[in-house]
Amino acid sequence: MRAEAQEFYKGTYLENTGRYKGIWAWLTSTDHKRIGLMYLYAIATFFIVGVIMGLLMRIELISPGKTIVEPQAYNGLFTVHGIIMIFMVVIPGLSATFGNFFLPIMIGARDVSFPRLNLFSFYLFLFGSFLAILSQFMRHGPPDTGWTFYAPYSTTTGTNVIMATTAAFILGFSSILTGLNFIVTVHRLRAPGMRFFRMPLFPWAIYATAWIQLLATPVVGITLLMIIAERLFRIGFFDPALGGDPVLYQHLFWIYSHPAVYIMILPAMGVITEIIPTFCQRKVYGYKAIALSSVAIAAVGYLVWGHHMYTSGMSGKSLWLFSFLTFVVAVPSAIKVFNWLATMYKGSIDMKPPFLFALFFIFLFTIGGLTGLVLGALATNVHVHDTSFVVAHFHYIIFGGMGFAMFAAIHYWFPKIYGRMYNLKQATVASIIMFVGFNLLYFPQFIIGIEGMPRRYYDYFPQFQPAQVISTIGGFVLAAGLALMFYNLIRSARKGEKAPANPWNGTTLEWQIPSPPPLENFDEIPHINERPYSFK
Amino acid sequence: MEHQAKAHLLEHRDDEASKLGMWLFIFTEILLFGGLFLVYAVYRSIYHTEFHEASLELNVVFGAVNTIVLLVSSMAIAMALTALQQNKIQLSRQLIWLTVFCAFIFLVNKYFEWGAKFEHEIYPGSELLMKLKHGHILYFGLYYAMTGLHALHVTVGMVILIVAERRIKAGKVHPEKYVFLENSALYWHLVDLIWIFLFPLLYLIT
Repeated sequence: MRAEAQEFYKGTYLENTGRYKGIWAWLTSTDHKRIGLMYLYAIATFFIVGVIMGLLMRIELISPGKTIVEPQAYNGLFTVHGIIMIFMVVIPGLSATFGNFFLPIMIGARDVSFPRLNLFSFYLFLFGSFLAILSQFMRHGPPDTGWTFYAPYSTTTGTNVIMATTAAFILGFSSILTGLNFIVTVHRLRAPGMRFFRMPLFPWAIYATAWIQLLATPVVGITLLMIIAERLFRIGFFDPALGGDPVLYQHLFWIYSHPAVYIMILPAMGVITEIIPTFCQRKVYGYKAIALSSVAIAAVGYLVWGHHMYTSGMSGKSLWLFSFLTFVVAVPSAIKVFNWLATMYKGSIDMKPPFLFALFFIFLFTIGGLTGLVLGALATNVHVHDTSFVVAHFHYIIFGGMGFAMFAAIHYWFPKIYGRMYNLKQATVASIIMFVGFNLLYFPQFIIGIEGMPRRYYDYFPQFQPAQVISTIGGFVLAAGLALMFYNLIRSARKGEKAPANPWNGTTLEWQIPSPPPLENFDEIPHINERPYSFK
Repeated sequence: MEHQAKAHLLEHRDDEASKLGMWLFIFTEILLFGGLFLVYAVYRSIYHTEFHEASLELNVVFGAVNTIVLLVSSMAIAMALTALQQNKIQLSRQLIWLTVFCAFIFLVNKYFEWGAKFEHEIYPGSELLMKLKHGHILYFGLYYAMTGLHALHVTVGMVILIVAERRIKAGKVHPEKYVFLENSALYWHLVDLIWIFLFPLLYLIT
């Protein structure tokens, strides 16, 4: 029987087509690896769209007054840039792509628990993305509320807010189902002998993330439904004219959207935790501390949403409590950073592109994290609230953190996914260009933010222009680096040299199977009797 | 024999996983309604007198009848599951139809209840409502939003239960493999449970 099964499952996941041929073999596949890759291609496409919108904003801001677009178009640009980047790129970014591809393999499973639900989530994601993009081009014009949809403006503006919020609702639903799938997978499908504290740390991070996806997203779902109901039926939840309270909207929105920041960054930290031991050939320092700090971030991250609203009107007690908790949530993040550095200590460090990206991650994430404390402290927050300081902080965390971790993940797992190796030299050059461009782009925003440059503004005082010019130049440098990276990866996926099964000498399960992985990952499910990361 | 072995290999069945998944989904539903309950709590504390006045407009009899109907339906679906486990397939299918019938009665009741309110021009955005106090507007807004979202869930639940019944008839759900019916019943209990909270909050508390 076993031989027959092997015959049935012969070939890698890239070759085995199943019932249909060509593109249909992908679009109807319930294989977690193919779904992961479909997410990756969709997200990369949306990312490029978001980057182009970002560059258009940068060109607009190169001089005061009108440069290329009208003010209303600019409002549409930053709103849609936000919606695409947050809901369609960063939130599903790592967990739906590499989580899908590698979570089952790393815990020794053949697939996720609900493969068809997994495919359904993907189509929900596509449908939601389609609506979000459509909201740009329909009558009434693109939404102009910012991605936060703050009431009461979002309930009164004439633009396509309903379509955009519906899109966000559907994307949220997709995210919930993915999280649900991963939680059940981790509980039910770990290989024999793989106790929770023998799981690699990327699955730990994905697991903690999945809980946030599951428990926080419904709240934003109902909030967006309330916005829609408010617009359609004038219910008055958030309309002061009818007795409603707009600040209540902000609370409901951030109850989800702050934990969402951890949906973005936790899997990124998980990736970094995989890469650093491998490229130092050193056992990870503080395994349990890293695993549990993911859970701690997920738990405490729930209780800090008020720090987005220091200037919205809250009681003094709430203010100091939220500020205190914000400082508390920085602790588990710092634990991770110190553990990564301690892992490198006395390791044999190999500066390959994935490790380089990981180092950039630590550098950028640390800047983002420390400036986060400036924002988390009550007194300084009032000064820099709603300035470009916030924009810079956010991009250092999300792009410098999650974005660079995403690039690190691509370069780390690329040989496993395609069975081919990219050009290492080009990848190194691209990463350095991106790092330089990134800092040129966002660091000046810290400075002019402190000097009083508001965020989301179309126009500005002339004294901010030098910094804005540097930012715009940085934006193009960054885009050039991105272009080189994409070129290298796309070319190598087809024509790169054949890669061995374990090019980096990793210890986790995905490196113990052939590249690219066979259809069902493992011929025999392995038996686990020790923790990962024991390098010999 | 060989064919069976292959079929077993291809069948990825894990009832525990399905149930765990359903429970997690139920958490998300509770959190979804939780947002509305939170909004209700906030506005009730701000406008407590007006909420009290507005709640007198609701007809407790309608609400109470619907509560009983839903409780009966919940019992029926639980009995349907037990019947299927005991291999009484006909009885199980009849009990599912009883549940669906109760759900239908609930919706008919809701239709008349809402219809009466519309007749009195009490609905979001109506001229009459806009002249009332803020607390009244919000109370009725919440009343429609909460019972409306709940009614949507009742409708979805009905569809799921009918699918379960069809699958039993087709032999896809049977005494050895009943997790689909079990999960449908769980969903139905959720629908019931939410109503159990909505009823006192909207109709009884004064």
